Amino acid sequence: MRHLISINDLDKEDIIYILKKAEEFEDVARGERNFKILEGKILGNLFFEPSTRTRMSFEVAMKRLGGEVLNMTAQEASSIAKGETLADTVRVVSGYCDAIVIRHPLEGAARFAAENSSVPIINAGDGAGQHPTQTLLDLYTIKKECGKLDGITVALVGDLRYSRTIHSLIKALALFETKIYLVSPDALALPEEMLEEIGGDVSRARLSEIIEEVDVLYVTRIQKERFPDEEEYKKVAGSYRITLETIKNAKDSMIIMHPLPRVDEVDPAVDKTKHAKYFQQAFYGVPVRMAILSEVML
Amino acid sequence: MKELVVNKIREGTVIDHINAGKALLVLKILGIDVGTELTVSMAMNVPSSKMGKKDILKVEGMYISEEELSKIALISPNATINLIKDYEIERKFKVKPPEVVDDVLKCPNPMCVSNVEREPVRPRFYVKIEENEVSARCHYCGGKIKDLANHII
Repeated sequence: MRHLISINDLDKEDIIYILKKAEEFEDVARGERNFKILEGKILGNLFFEPSTRTRMSFEVAMKRLGGEVLNMTAQEASSIAKGETLADTVRVVSGYCDAIVIRHPLEGAARFAAENSSVPIINAGDGAGQHPTQTLLDLYTIKKECGKLDGITVALVGDLRYSRTIHSLIKALALFETKIYLVSPDALALPEEMLEEIGGDVSRARLSEIIEEVDVLYVTRIQKERFPDEEEYKKVAGSYRITLETIKNAKDSMIIMHPLPRVDEVDPAVDKTKHAKYFQQAFYGVPVRMAILSEVML
Repeated sequence: MKELVVNKIREGTVIDHINAGKALLVLKILGIDVGTELTVSMAMNVPSSKMGKKDILKVEGMYISEEELSKIALISPNATINLIKDYEIERKFKVKPPEVVDDVLKCPNPMCVSNVEREPVRPRFYVKIEENEVSARCHYCGGKIKDLANHII
């Protein structure tokens, strides 16, 4: 049985295979082609934490492919969690469906779920741990919008310390020949241990010094709760905000990505530029998740 | 010069080349505490040509188990075990840290699923040795620990 728990479980070939498959699903994702290969299949969405995009895009992916979806929301999950263990919930729900998508606040919850499930488990975020489908859609966005994954320069901006999106993405990018710049306040720098682990062409930089050579600007949210006081937060968050001014020296082809939701780290004025790809990125979650669903269920 | 001589033991286990300062922890792993009736000799910070300093432990009347061996290997990867019978070394071998340990280490990450008491989950770690340093990675959260001695269950 195939589970998708961590991006670390995939090698470069697996990733390229999934991205290629996603491309074949793009017109189905747009509703331009009927392709009901998952007819008769049921997906269980097990969300112990709130989610909008991830849950909805899995649901859309499943429905466009002719399948059905059972949803357990965070609110229902909390009432179940009062009395039932995660292991038991997974054992029960895996009897109702053909695959489970799980989001849970505890790290390692998806791997533990896989050990207790009779159907494939797809990790949709386990605490500060992994979120592999986000990473795959990020890579897909880069491949589609930049035309390649090898040989690109990526600047990761914002909270590099706590963001699980960044941690998964940086490991995946290291599998390709990418140059990575880390742009963050000291307090939110990438953990040293992770830097040692990934190796490769990775260095810290100021955005103004590297903006001209960047192909991908990947922006994440700086969370207020990471700072001792509001003033400090405002000062730091403000200096990492992407505006028309910040990107004025960027290449024409440079793209801006963001896992969303954004608060104010990307100025809405940037949305109208050809660089803004974050909404397109959100759409790409659908064909990528179609590729993953068909891979684990067929 | 007078030297303190620790007597040979008749039956039991001698653990040599324990990393300096770790003998007390090895005792803990072996379940030996103040209430023990076993004859135990311990030498700490003994000069060693190979290791600089080392600890040595002799336990009369006790042969150590596989499980205890794995735990000792985690905190002292160079340790050698001598099983003694009738004052002679019956078997001598080096410990070897296992690649995977179950129910031996506790993950320090409070948000790791392996720390939820009600779940039927066994803590599992993957062990790695680099330049005589032992580290372990949690099967569930992926967290890495280097100070293994502080996380033995």
